[in-house]
Amino acid sequence: MSAIHVDREVAIQFTNVCRYFGEVKAVDHISLQVYDGEFFSMLGPSGSGKTTCLRLIAGFEMPTEGSIRLYGAEVSRTPPYDRDVNTVFQDYALFPHMDVGENIAYGLMVRKVPKKERETRVNEMLELVRLPGLARRKPSQLSGGQRQRVALARALVNHPRVLLLDEPLGALDLKLRQEMQIELKSIQEQIGITFVFVTHDQEEALTMSDRVAVFNHGKIEQVGSPAEIYEQPATSFVAGFVGTSNILSGGLAQQLTGSPDLFSIRPEKIRMSPEDEENRSLSSADFCMVAGTIRDVIYLGVTTRYLVEVDGGGDLTVVQQNLDPVPGDVVGARGNRVALSWPRSANRRLIAQEKSR
Amino acid sequence: MTRPLRHGEPSLIRRISTYFYQRPRLSLLVMLSPPMLWLGVVYLGSLLALLIQSFFSIDGFTGQVVRQFTLKTYEQLFTPANTDIIVRTVLMALAVTVVSAIIAFPLAYFIAHYASKRTRGILYLAVLLPLWSSYLVRVYTWKIILAQEGIITWFFNVLGLKPLLDSILNIPVIGGPSLSFSFLGMFIVFVYIWLPYMILPIITALERVPQSLIDASSDLGARSGYTFRKVIFPLAFPGLVAGSIFTFSLTLGDYIIPNVIGNSSYFIGAAVLAQQGTAGNIPLAAAFTMVPIVIMGAYLLLARRLGAFDAL
Repeated sequence: MSAIHVDREVAIQFTNVCRYFGEVKAVDHISLQVYDGEFFSMLGPSGSGKTTCLRLIAGFEMPTEGSIRLYGAEVSRTPPYDRDVNTVFQDYALFPHMDVGENIAYGLMVRKVPKKERETRVNEMLELVRLPGLARRKPSQLSGGQRQRVALARALVNHPRVLLLDEPLGALDLKLRQEMQIELKSIQEQIGITFVFVTHDQEEALTMSDRVAVFNHGKIEQVGSPAEIYEQPATSFVAGFVGTSNILSGGLAQQLTGSPDLFSIRPEKIRMSPEDEENRSLSSADFCMVAGTIRDVIYLGVTTRYLVEVDGGGDLTVVQQNLDPVPGDVVGARGNRVALSWPRSANRRLIAQEKSR
Repeated sequence: MTRPLRHGEPSLIRRISTYFYQRPRLSLLVMLSPPMLWLGVVYLGSLLALLIQSFFSIDGFTGQVVRQFTLKTYEQLFTPANTDIIVRTVLMALAVTVVSAIIAFPLAYFIAHYASKRTRGILYLAVLLPLWSSYLVRVYTWKIILAQEGIITWFFNVLGLKPLLDSILNIPVIGGPSLSFSFLGMFIVFVYIWLPYMILPIITALERVPQSLIDASSDLGARSGYTFRKVIFPLAFPGLVAGSIFTFSLTLGDYIIPNVIGNSSYFIGAAVLAQQGTAGNIPLAAAFTMVPIVIMGAYLLLARRLGAFDAL
């Protein structure tokens, strides 16, 4: 775990938190710390408990067991309107009968902030999210990206200590999503508050976060910096969910590493060369080497993904960058014999875990 | 490389389909003419006939309708005896609408936002069930329930609250010899009969208020009361207006309940019946019928002014 957090205040503290819906354990004994000013992502597939965790922080759900603290204060039984957090909802949840200005001013209206100050703060926010002059529009007249910014402004205008974001970019197209990722990150750095960001998109989580928690079946599989999560996945679930991994065990693992234990190797760490050009200078003490036949080729533009059937059984996915200025017929490589090699240090031993329930 | 999409000659049905597929306007015409004919001729036509009738008059001696444009019938409509009927009916319709709304809203809110799927189904059924049985049967049943010898009087007696019931019945205007012969009794039956028409549109409106809006409001610091006033009620308002259109117009036009329950003072519907049946004064009956139409027209305009249809 990164050392930079040691002297930071703890913003959110989960201690053995559970939330059950009847038989379903949506959140199952989660303990977790989010530090002040951190961009923290909760990553996981749908139904993994990440959104329930967010709703527990917001106060829309109350934990079945366990304790939740916000800046030291126990809040498990505190209603949402008494918590110093605000949420950007997945569907934005803008009030359709109010215009943009009224939407943003809602939290200030509730707190009876005088009209003059309300207007100043709404305009400040519209500047921050780069929507000046749109205060009198209705939400229905805005594009998806604009609604998203209004939802952000409506939450931030209240100066919360923690901002919760529930898959806020899910409904946007790829280009806009990438723009908003950069913008969200820069807004977070600008105002310096804690962001808790829920997403199922691993790329999004890696791009923006200081730390990522990977959720699966209501439990956290791993917490760490994006690089830790990607390079040193703790479990086979993390290795498979964050990026692609070859997860190997048994015979093939024995053949490659000398041990039948579960391990993973990233497809881009593997070097592929034609079998006859096999590099004999590599020492088998430092490198795994294996020969095989290309079974499938998927051309992806920047890279090409190969499925290689390894001699002696088993498949490996290999990703190679398309470095050639004039690429040959990559797809025609099907059936070619190839030699694969990668440094042993790239192998990542995984914690064996019981199969999913 | 090209090959036909299908082999062989297309069948007749396929050729007809293709003919219409290529001519969308013609398809639209074919589809819409039956309903448009129905609406135009039968529906609007009969309303127009009604309007025209109301500008005719009746010959006092022969009892024949004089087919000549005149405002005499409307003069007659606005005599005190008749305006009393109109005012009485409108006040009753208003009271029924307001009380139905007050009863319906919490129930609809529960059904739309709290009830589990199963409970919701059962409650829907409970709301709709009365509509499956005969309206007349239900009205006469209520006459028995409300009668002097009925269960309500009996219940008050058992509880020793007879004096309370008597003092209610002694209130002028709404009281009477017994519940079944009072405006109060009539009002109770009206609310009972039209309540489902208020509940259902409000449920529909409330179901369209996403939970996330309610969450967002509390997230932004609003307690339940504030959320209700600023978010839930404004968004459910169109449903309330739709429901009130039903309860209001149905009460305005009903002629059975005032005939069965109450002290046999006339209401608009009953007056229309009497004019066109007993009195044979078709023009005055038509003029009476125009009253609810005009009132509803004004009501709809007002509702639009209030923004009731903005969210549609």
